[in-house]
Amino acid sequence: MSAAREMPEPALLPPDAPARARLSLSGISCIYGGFTAVDQLNLDIVPGEFVSLLGPSGCGKTTTLRMIAGFVRPTAGTISMDGAIISAPGAVLAPERRQMSMIFQSYAIWPNMTVAENVAFGLKLRRLGREDVRVKVATMLDTVRLGKLADRYPAELSGGQQQRVALARAMVIQPRVLLLDEPLSNLDANLREEMRFEIRRLHDTFKFTTVYVTHDQGEAMVTSDRIAVMNAGKIEQIDPPYLLYTRPRTRFVAGFIGRTNLMEGECGGTEVRFDGFALPRVMFAEGETAQQGRVTFSVRPQSIGLRHNPSEAGRAQCTTPGRLLERAFLGETWDYVVAPEGSGLRLKVATLPFQVFEVGDPVWLEFDPAQMAAIGKGE
Amino acid sequence: MARTGAARPRVLRRVEPSTVAWLAALAALLFLVAVPVAKVVISSFQDTDTGAFTWNNYAVAYGHVRDYASLGTSLLYAAEVTVASIIIAVPIAWGVARTDMPCKGLVRAFVLGAFITPPYLGAIGWILLAGPNAGWINKVWMAVTGDAHGFVNVYSFGGLVVVTALYAFPYIFVFTADALERVSSEMEEAARILGAGHLRTILRVTLPLVTPAILGGAIVVFLDTVALFGTPAIIALPARIKVMTLVLWQFFEFPVRAEAAAAYAVPLVLITVTLFAAQRAILGRRGYVALTGKGGSRTLLQLGRWRWAIFGYAMLMVALSVLLPYAALAHAAFSRAWGRGFSLANLTLDNFKYLLLTDPAARLTIVHSFGYSAATACLAVALALCVAYIVSRRLVRHTAVLTALCMAPLVIPGIVLAIGFYSAWAPPPLALYGTAALLVFGFTARFLPIAYTNCMASLRSLNPEMEEAVRILGGSQLRAVTRVVVPLLKTSLIGSWLLVFIPATRELSTAIFLVGSNTRVISVMMLDLSENGSFETLAALGFFLLGVTILIVLAGYKLLGRDFMLRRS
Repeated sequence: MSAAREMPEPALLPPDAPARARLSLSGISCIYGGFTAVDQLNLDIVPGEFVSLLGPSGCGKTTTLRMIAGFVRPTAGTISMDGAIISAPGAVLAPERRQMSMIFQSYAIWPNMTVAENVAFGLKLRRLGREDVRVKVATMLDTVRLGKLADRYPAELSGGQQQRVALARAMVIQPRVLLLDEPLSNLDANLREEMRFEIRRLHDTFKFTTVYVTHDQGEAMVTSDRIAVMNAGKIEQIDPPYLLYTRPRTRFVAGFIGRTNLMEGECGGTEVRFDGFALPRVMFAEGETAQQGRVTFSVRPQSIGLRHNPSEAGRAQCTTPGRLLERAFLGETWDYVVAPEGSGLRLKVATLPFQVFEVGDPVWLEFDPAQMAAIGKGE
Repeated sequence: MARTGAARPRVLRRVEPSTVAWLAALAALLFLVAVPVAKVVISSFQDTDTGAFTWNNYAVAYGHVRDYASLGTSLLYAAEVTVASIIIAVPIAWGVARTDMPCKGLVRAFVLGAFITPPYLGAIGWILLAGPNAGWINKVWMAVTGDAHGFVNVYSFGGLVVVTALYAFPYIFVFTADALERVSSEMEEAARILGAGHLRTILRVTLPLVTPAILGGAIVVFLDTVALFGTPAIIALPARIKVMTLVLWQFFEFPVRAEAAAAYAVPLVLITVTLFAAQRAILGRRGYVALTGKGGSRTLLQLGRWRWAIFGYAMLMVALSVLLPYAALAHAAFSRAWGRGFSLANLTLDNFKYLLLTDPAARLTIVHSFGYSAATACLAVALALCVAYIVSRRLVRHTAVLTALCMAPLVIPGIVLAIGFYSAWAPPPLALYGTAALLVFGFTARFLPIAYTNCMASLRSLNPEMEEAVRILGGSQLRAVTRVVVPLLKTSLIGSWLLVFIPATRELSTAIFLVGSNTRVISVMMLDLSENGSFETLAALGFFLLGVTILIVLAGYKLLGRDFMLRRS
């Protein structure tokens, strides 16, 4: 109704055509009245891949998703699906022509239709026979374990069940791209944990090309093939979950994914000098100390060991004395704050519950340079 | 509770103050609502003179075929008005709530204008516009086409329906717009991404989602129309269309047969109660109101050029409802004789002068109207706040009884309530006939549901911990109410007061039965003026009432925000 120029309209795909799409966002920007929500973002998603957009609120992840869906028009850049442009500043293919489906934060389950009617909606639009629709709906409801609730109205379902209806409704049409907008944010903690695995299980079953928006790193970790960490309208880093955690590449990513210590070091000839101690350069992972001069490293609290005396430590060249300043017992770990001797650093160290130290104790810190990740030039 | 035998601390009072408040409220509600309603039912079985049991009243009331016919006419009338109101209201509500239609504030202001226009005043305006031959529209038609007769006639069933609908549609507008504003855009987007276009999304998702709201508004309109007295008195009576309310009124012409009227009214109550039950059943298990999850954001549909089409439709409707009738009324109000057309010689302020200065009776009537309405608003809000507080804080058991009594006048047609009031309190022992008290109590009962729903809504928004903090620091319940609840709810209580005051200044169907020769009010005076054909004075009075109402509404806007009248409550 509002498109400046009409896009050619593809027919709706029959729901058994297994056409997982490749999705490419190139130079996509979105500016709302002076505010840059998304800033020249590039993203390539291969067919069948599960990519999460992860970031704090206001980072532009939902806007990006809504541009992919066709609800928001990009200010600059293009989005293409299997090589065909579907969004550009001048013309946008209507959402209903994209053969995608989406799961909304509010689920948006229509309360005036039963569970089965909700799920059948998209199939009926594709002009399937009545019997065909019935079978597909029943099969999908069984897949999401809602088979017995087909004739209920949404108001009679729990939050988790409504969530499954939303999943079934989105997946039953075999979308070329499946979009999820913070789908678990309305569930309580236990259910949220369970649904993460459910979503991944369903992805392993159907292998839809999937874009998942969340601010919860645990969700992204469990579900995704790759995670794109977003900040201020840009992607800071996109990598598989393991790499993202162990090798963060920016200060923001290191701080956003898990907890970390930022330590500034000076890369010299054979060692990397930190404030108050030095570590041998050869023990760092390949490439981490390629830069000369000042470099900031991200050091995870659980990658630092804590010992009562130096003889317990494995590698003498990686240990340094310190003093314990604070502690807190969290059940699964002890959280300590330790100051290395002769250093201004205050390091967070996490140990197993049975490794007990008292505040004020002299301790030995043991570093593992192989687990340290360079996140860019120091200041 | 302390066990028997154990020393009971002195500070434990036997009579809680809340019990006293509860008993007082219950007594007031019995007086205002329960007794009059019961009186209608009982007196319908009583002989006029002896008071003995009889079926005779029903024989008198339904003795003729034409009496059944007027029942049918009333139902048909109400049904057609309901349909017409839906056709007027729903597109406007959709345009305002979900699209980028231009000038939404203007459209809302005119809908509010239709809302605060007393239906009988609008009907007078339409007589001036569409009276056969003399109406402005017909005059223009005859001048343009050279036809010897006009082409619209307000004195017809169709005219009656349209003129009624033009002032009834705001109810449906309010219900529908409110519901549309609460439908999350994600509901529509979910349909779009699954492959549905704009039109299909509206028809399959948006409209079904607000159907219960439309039905809710429709039932209000239907009930209001069945019980409507003013518009039929002005249009249907000359057109010889007999609706129930007119028949009821005729039972009160000399000789007054209140018992027969009661018998005639009982089916009316049954209809309204049935409809109310039907509405409850329709809303049943689908639980439409429960919108799931978070994310209730609403993005407006970009209509492009079509936004002017929907705007045009809205403006046409408010022109028919507000602009044209008021233009005709304005002309009459400033004319020596409205039929003489536009000329300087015909221009005068005499009509206003007559009302406000020359005629002491007219002046007294105006003072009565505002005085009674103010008293009504104070009584209704005080009683409603008291009951709402008891109910919402669960101070006593069986609060459902209190709620039912407060809300009953919503279901009982105003005209029936008035007959009950007349039967119960006009004769001895209280012998209130002809007193201001009878009118004020009648109005209070009529508008109690408005005050009650508003007070309940505002109390619900108030965290009870505010009051518990007073109690734990040593303050009494009464102090908690007077020092915390009332000050915090001050603006919303003023809002409730206005929402009772404004309709009370124009209430006709209750007044017509309860008014005495010394307690005449504006609405009754307007009806008399219309019967005499004094449209000029009538229009001037209408304008005066409108002016005062606009001032009050503006004050309300300033105090309570833009939406205080067009809210769903």
